[in-house]
Amino acid sequence: MISDPPIFNSSPVLEGTDEDQLLRVSLGPQHPSTHGVFRMNVELDGETVVKLKPVFGYLHRNHEKIAETTGYLGSMPYTDRLDYICPLSNNWAYALSVEKLAGIEVPERAQHMRVILAELTRLVNHTAFMGFILADMGAWGSALMYAFREREKILDLFEDLTGARMMANFMRFGGCRNDFPDGWDARLRTLIDHYPHFLDEMEEFLLGNEILLARTRDVGALPKESLINGGVTGPMLRAAGVNHDLRKADPYGIYDRFSFRIPLGEVGDCYDRIMIRFLEMRESLGILKQAAAALPGGDFVNPKIKIRNFKPPVGESYARVEGPKGELGFYLVSDGGPNPYRYRVRPPSFINLTLLEDMCLGLDLADVVIILGSIDIVLGEVDR
Amino acid sequence: MAIDPTLARELKASGVHVTSLEQLVNWGRSSSLWPLQFGLACCAIEMISATMAKYDMARFGAEVFRPSPRQADLMIVAGTVTKKMAPQVVRLYNQMAEPKYVIAMGACAISGGPFKEGYNVLKGIDRFIPVDVVIPGCPPRPEALLDGLIALQEKIRGEKLTGSARARHADPDAPAEMPIPECGAHDIVPVANRGIWNPPVIEREEGGAE
Repeated sequence: MISDPPIFNSSPVLEGTDEDQLLRVSLGPQHPSTHGVFRMNVELDGETVVKLKPVFGYLHRNHEKIAETTGYLGSMPYTDRLDYICPLSNNWAYALSVEKLAGIEVPERAQHMRVILAELTRLVNHTAFMGFILADMGAWGSALMYAFREREKILDLFEDLTGARMMANFMRFGGCRNDFPDGWDARLRTLIDHYPHFLDEMEEFLLGNEILLARTRDVGALPKESLINGGVTGPMLRAAGVNHDLRKADPYGIYDRFSFRIPLGEVGDCYDRIMIRFLEMRESLGILKQAAAALPGGDFVNPKIKIRNFKPPVGESYARVEGPKGELGFYLVSDGGPNPYRYRVRPPSFINLTLLEDMCLGLDLADVVIILGSIDIVLGEVDR
Repeated sequence: MAIDPTLARELKASGVHVTSLEQLVNWGRSSSLWPLQFGLACCAIEMISATMAKYDMARFGAEVFRPSPRQADLMIVAGTVTKKMAPQVVRLYNQMAEPKYVIAMGACAISGGPFKEGYNVLKGIDRFIPVDVVIPGCPPRPEALLDGLIALQEKIRGEKLTGSARARHADPDAPAEMPIPECGAHDIVPVANRGIWNPPVIEREEGGAE
């Protein structure tokens, strides 16, 4: 089994450093590289990081507490604002948890719609990630421009379907809010056909790029045992070569019907983390193609579902999805009332972030920025 | 002081542009706003979208996002301001050089928005810093941000630099810095800057509604 891995650095400062000579730097909460209002207190010996303490809570907006005082359906728009780059995955995870709690069946068409939307969301997230990580490396602007150009195309689809670019509020218990509008599937197919061109273009620009290789190779790698013990999930974990994807390991929805592969990295450094996301986007396109071809007719929401006065039976449930950033789970405890007694989110960004110090120790300050970028955090989810 | 439009037209026909210093200064200021690169939450993503390929805020002269408040003159408060973050927002505002403007983007920055009930959420950034333009939405679309920017530009073009109705930054008696609140034992202290935030008092007649 796994034996005594170095999860948390026990010594406060790396050996061999003179504690009187350390430079203490506070990065954030307003800093262009911290992806929101994250803050790190870093201690530097010259340029080398010897200590890093994250400071959380600058975006703690009481999601869980508000959810416990709101009805079940009332929390759905709040889940959009957890990980605001990929709201539809959050919707799905929450809907799954409530469906498990109340024993609600989801019709076939809705299942397909959910897979399509979740994979589109993965595309949105990974595309935006490409832009942001390159901005972290100093390519401010151009890469983000390319990424956001493509992201807008998917957001246009979301807007036509849900009425909102980002905050979809689309999933309902037992299905989705509305059906695909006329011509939407055709536009989806066009997008699926065109998206690989963008990926080819981006890969051509990036993957042999000297600067990218120099900045990301062998930066921020940790042994897989540490990652597993730290609870890290998603592309971060798979980049280190651990084959764990909930779509295969614990299939939810109808993922067991599609054929797709799980890309795995070898080293687990920042370069692998970028590569993994490219490969995942290609697999997502494959799933999208299969799901769009197999899209059946029928109901987009379970017609028996009661919207008003929705009270699930007493009990508890935990449901999880493979979100673009990792395992996103919702834990609900019901006391039979109209709102949950306890509501807990298992955010992938936050838990992936716990190993940040171990990844950064001994590296340069500039590498910290890239490692933080490669974890792909969203502060709405970290602080909730 | 306005210039006689007939005279200005005649001079323009012969190749001479006549304007007042005030108009020239305001035109220059409004056409090259440098926003502070400062995202708080969801709205920050829409703010980035507004500067990127499809919406391209550079068309309106406000694409030079500066990471340092010392170089910026427009603060776009894009997202939920929590009580932990509020002192930092005010400090950033104080660090910006005059003249400086603030856009409150999105429901959270205006009033707390959907998170208003939260114990850690500030119910509007206008309690601590003067806000010039508010953009409703959750989050506002990039077009809405562009509209807000244009509204701010119009406001700047109409600013008076002298006289009793002059702009805040031209008034030597107006405070240059806003007091920074602190995190107290139960709430942020003080809960609002009463010098700039005076909510309307609702006056009700005795005996209730008819």
